[in-house]
Amino acid sequence: MTMFEGILLTIVTAATPLLFVAIGELVSERAGVLNLGVEGMMAVGAVCGFAIAHLSGSPILGIFAAILGGMIMASLFAVVTLIFVANQVASGLALTLFGLGLSALIGDAFVGIPGIGLPKIDIPGLSDIPVIGSLVFGLDPLTYLAVAITIAVSWFLFRTRGGLILRSVGDNHVSAHALGYGVVRVRFMAVLFGGACAGLGGAYLSLVYTPQWTQNMTAGRGWIALALVVFASWLPYRVMIGAVLFGGISILQLHAQGFNVPIPSQFLTMLPYLTTVIVLVLISRNRTLLRINTPACLGQPFVPDR
Amino acid sequence: MRIELIRRPERSSAMSLLSPIIAIVLTVITGFFIFLAIGVDPLEALYIYFIEPLTAWWTVEALLIKAAPIILIAIGLSLCYRSNNWNIGAEGQLVAGAIAGSVFPILVPEWNGPLVLPVMLLMGIAGGMLYGAIPALLKIRFGTNEILTSLMLVYVAQLFLDWLARGPWRNPEGYNFPDSREFDGWQVLPVVFGDDVRLNAIFVLIAVAVAWFVLSRTITGFQISVLGQAPRAAAFAGFSQKRMVLMTFLISGGLAGLAGICEVAGPIEMLRTSVSPGYGFTAIIVAFLGRLNPVGILFAGLLLALSYIGGEGIQIVLGVSDQITRVFQGMLLFFVLTCDTFIFYRVRFVSTRRSAAAEATP
Amino acid sequence: MKRLMIAASAAVALAIASGPAGAQDKLKACFVYVGPHNDGGWSEGHETGRLMVDEKLGDKVETSYVENVPEGPDAERAIERLARSGCGIIFTTSFGFMDPTLKVAEKFPDVKFEHATGFKTADNVTTYNARFYEGRYIIGEIAAKMSKTGVAGYIVSFPIPEVIMGINAFMLGAQSVNPDFKVKIVWINSWFDPGKEGDAAKALFDQGADIIVQHTDSPAPLQIAQERGLHGFGQAHDMYDFAPKAQYTAIVDNWGPYYVRRIQDVLDGTWKSEASWDGLKEGTVLMSDYTNLPDDVAAEAEATEAAIIAGEFHPFTGPIFKQDGTEVIGEGEVLDDGALLGMNYYIKGIDGEIPQ
Repeated sequence: MTMFEGILLTIVTAATPLLFVAIGELVSERAGVLNLGVEGMMAVGAVCGFAIAHLSGSPILGIFAAILGGMIMASLFAVVTLIFVANQVASGLALTLFGLGLSALIGDAFVGIPGIGLPKIDIPGLSDIPVIGSLVFGLDPLTYLAVAITIAVSWFLFRTRGGLILRSVGDNHVSAHALGYGVVRVRFMAVLFGGACAGLGGAYLSLVYTPQWTQNMTAGRGWIALALVVFASWLPYRVMIGAVLFGGISILQLHAQGFNVPIPSQFLTMLPYLTTVIVLVLISRNRTLLRINTPACLGQPFVPDR
Repeated sequence: MRIELIRRPERSSAMSLLSPIIAIVLTVITGFFIFLAIGVDPLEALYIYFIEPLTAWWTVEALLIKAAPIILIAIGLSLCYRSNNWNIGAEGQLVAGAIAGSVFPILVPEWNGPLVLPVMLLMGIAGGMLYGAIPALLKIRFGTNEILTSLMLVYVAQLFLDWLARGPWRNPEGYNFPDSREFDGWQVLPVVFGDDVRLNAIFVLIAVAVAWFVLSRTITGFQISVLGQAPRAAAFAGFSQKRMVLMTFLISGGLAGLAGICEVAGPIEMLRTSVSPGYGFTAIIVAFLGRLNPVGILFAGLLLALSYIGGEGIQIVLGVSDQITRVFQGMLLFFVLTCDTFIFYRVRFVSTRRSAAAEATP
Repeated sequence: MKRLMIAASAAVALAIASGPAGAQDKLKACFVYVGPHNDGGWSEGHETGRLMVDEKLGDKVETSYVENVPEGPDAERAIERLARSGCGIIFTTSFGFMDPTLKVAEKFPDVKFEHATGFKTADNVTTYNARFYEGRYIIGEIAAKMSKTGVAGYIVSFPIPEVIMGINAFMLGAQSVNPDFKVKIVWINSWFDPGKEGDAAKALFDQGADIIVQHTDSPAPLQIAQERGLHGFGQAHDMYDFAPKAQYTAIVDNWGPYYVRRIQDVLDGTWKSEASWDGLKEGTVLMSDYTNLPDDVAAEAEATEAAIIAGEFHPFTGPIFKQDGTEVIGEGEVLDDGALLGMNYYIKGIDGEIPQ
């Protein structure tokens, strides 16, 4: 494997958890729900995935447990914000706190145990093709899943009637309701999907990225994913590009050090956040772009009138 | 079956008073079962968690020290949130205040006279205000979503502080450890009572009183509430939405900056890579827990500080993981937010079949 | 094994909670950790030490701990709380607890305080540390013998003297075998971040290193080494279970003997404030089993270890040169402890600069 290939491969693995979490959050934000609790859902996903994989010996079961864990956390958020119309920002922060604390409590018995890694898919012949071989055919199965989910989400949002309904709920919940769509139901499902994806992102960390469980192992990746959704201006394919970019910066910064490039690492780490702010400004300046892509009802509670 | 919310004709004053109490009771009940589940005596644990810290003077002091920055920030945030401006970047504004306020004691350490502390405090406030002005101006000028920009700027501020404390502002005599020089003499916030309660406790009381006065007795307070609850009516009345965005961000940024410099010049006495264990985010919880009311925030801040100190207590005495504190805080906020719904709404349980039938017959 | 330890600690915690009434007569020894007690690294090292105290002195001593204490004002409160709750001796186990420890110590002159890795002492405050650089010299020798590319990757946290000293000791060991040996250094600005440590290991391997050394606490770099069929060294703990095919040996923190000795001193009334710095000889630093190595390499490593224990050899023996070629000490001289504790330069043969 050449260094170039190695770097690309590392970037792809660094991008995968971000992609999972961001694509889930994208769906939920497209439906008009801002869930700041992704970090908490991710942590619970990570610990559920690790614990069940360890207890059952099957990483596949672990992945399903992680999805379930993320969804349970998400449903908590959905009940509070959608049914009891509580403030989404505050509820999201509560979910993050709750999730990080709960995951540490659950995970106490699983610290210091080597995890069961997920096997890589190696297609003999194909993965030996130079450069693209290992990149396209030598990845772990979850990375393919993340890409597949992204494609599916993009197709769903822009090519199906369900996607149209979801977007209309996020853009204008009053008229969506007037048209007879169940705003709360659609949002509930979108939030659950977000939870499932966050759980997957967590499982990727504890089963593939570094097969082990420790407190706070999400280390702020949920928040980066939140930035990523905005950076991508709520478009699935841009989330994929953004994930590679964000992951790339974190990896290249390590490489730069290996080559003695004298830039303080803090400034490189700042880049994704600053870029996100700039992108936000750019898309809000451009009114047409803003109108097309930003869910207009993002973060606003909805109570059907009777 | 389905849950349906029905708007009350006017807010229920009984529920306004009861809601935080119900939330606390629910948290304690759930806590009881969590302790039971992890195998410790729930009554003993709850006593150590919620009562014991109040039984000794020094823990009460610790409580005040812990609560002061949180309340200070939450007061500013409550003004923001009341007027529908979502500043969630107080943590970054706190850091900006800590950095700006530390300029003189670190770069001109020889200057150590009675004027240095007031200058430090003013610079801290200014630092927080300027940093808070960024998302506000972006919102006014470009309509950029302030939730996201203020959050992103938190990381930028923290990383910048990290660089300063490890790099240019590192103590030359500190063996390369990432701390600045220690502040001393006039550069330190004085203790006002007890062993450790410092001047910022007084700032908290002033902030609470002023916020209460502004909100209940002045036109500005009225404008803030109207802009938050009925933006269209406010526009008809000629209230400037833009002015309000800037003003509330400046106030909350300034208070966060003040909290930041008070931490650095107070209990920490130096600038380090991390100056706050997330006070800016905790303050958001406190603002909601206190229901955006200054007096409520005062109590909510003390309650949250209690949860930190009680969390340490059960760790030492019962060996329970400190993470239980986060679980409690998250739970408490969930309950409060949910209970608050009942101030404005009644809940009706509708059987799905009947409501479908009702819809079918117009 | 680890799980057993966790179970044991839970049992101990319960025993303390429901302890007999006579418990007040026992000396209380308390510990403050910066991370979780089971972090698999630094804090767990101290936790293991605490459990040894329970085992050896359990009839005379009662122990407890506070974990996840952030450095800053919270640390001061946590330490004060322990002092007030009747602790006779308090171990504060992170550098950042230095000033809080001294402040609380001033208020409680009758309580003994021990601060790990700091440099400020008082009448009732001792500092203690371990000579981890001795182990780093040995792994340097092994790395130079085993590396095919002649390049090691080195993952580090913060440029404090302890860490710089470790890098220099490693390179002195490596240069004693291969004078042209190279090291690539990556700072991750954290003591514990599995994801970032793993990423750093991948980056270093991609840049041509075939051996990974870490001064950070998670087993992630070794897991990556195992995945790539390469090798590395455990840090703070024997990380063999995480990477049975990749670990050559580990530099193990073994605070237990020190803790037992100091607490015994308190019981005997002979405790004095000092600045203690123990190493392989006293058993505070241990090398775990040499694995995945040819017999001759393992034998030579054991020989170096024995020479250091016997006091026949000191890793920082001259001649030692700085990067620019200036001589630090000449042939046969040995760097004194003061020079080691304030070390802020790379030795010759290391490329790059210490981050400012």
